[in-house]
Amino acid sequence: MPKPEILDPQGQAVAKALPRLGFEGVTEVRQGKRFELEVDDSVDDEELAKIASSLLANTVIEDYTVRRVDA
Amino acid sequence: MKVGVITFPGTLDDQDAARAVRYADAEAVPLWHADADLHGVDAVIVPGGFSYGDYLRCGAIARFAPVMGAVIEAAGKGMPVLGICNGFQILCEAGLLPGALVRNSAMHFVCRDQWLRVENTTTAWTTRYELGAEILVPLKSGEGGYVAEKATLDELEGDGRVVFRYVGGNPNGSLNNIAGITSANGRVVGLMPHPEHAIDALTGPSDDGLGMFMSVIDAVVNA
Repeated sequence: MPKPEILDPQGQAVAKALPRLGFEGVTEVRQGKRFELEVDDSVDDEELAKIASSLLANTVIEDYTVRRVDA
Repeated sequence: MKVGVITFPGTLDDQDAARAVRYADAEAVPLWHADADLHGVDAVIVPGGFSYGDYLRCGAIARFAPVMGAVIEAAGKGMPVLGICNGFQILCEAGLLPGALVRNSAMHFVCRDQWLRVENTTTAWTTRYELGAEILVPLKSGEGGYVAEKATLDELEGDGRVVFRYVGGNPNGSLNNIAGITSANGRVVGLMPHPEHAIDALTGPSDDGLGMFMSVIDAVVNA
């Protein structure tokens, strides 16, 4: 997700479109990315965090969270 | 005097960058993204375009190309490096320059001739300019909004590392109207506008951009 202090014009554009469709009460929209990785058992949480911080997210402008889901 | 110009899959402006190098009376050496050898060049230009289709984030994949490892190593030893547009994004992703470039604040791709003010004439790429000079060069980008955390911005401003600033209106929401910045040692410069498209009044809005390519020759020859 873009960090809170980073302007998110895409999210703002979505927020402005909602009232035009009749959806009221949404005060803010922020747009981010989600990656789904299938990994084998050799990939531990530390490795996943490294993947997230070195390539998937740019930590200058984005925060990330890693969630492991069993198949 | 040899200036390398990198081509990634999706690079667009390598030919114009090479032409600008030749206009400045240096030899332009094509560098290929998959080749980790800089072929003895004295300086490197990372040109504009859409490397790797801007997949993931602009510049995010290009920074891991074999040639970039060599560029990062050479920059560490003081080799002049210039990143233009997508090249600027790549240098930020690679950590050679601080901050990042995000989607233009008005969401639209901006393509226009843009006035810039030169605010640092001591970098390897800007010694041919007069401090405060205003130059006209094309700007063409959709993700040109410069952002950095406040501490980084304060450092850039305090150390005079903002090289170019937009004048006559902020085209993309860049913080502090920043169009281009430099590394702490003044050897690496990145900017969103395109000086390589403004080297001859026949083919661009001015020849104001040529000074950058002449400056780097001075920097190498006088070193």
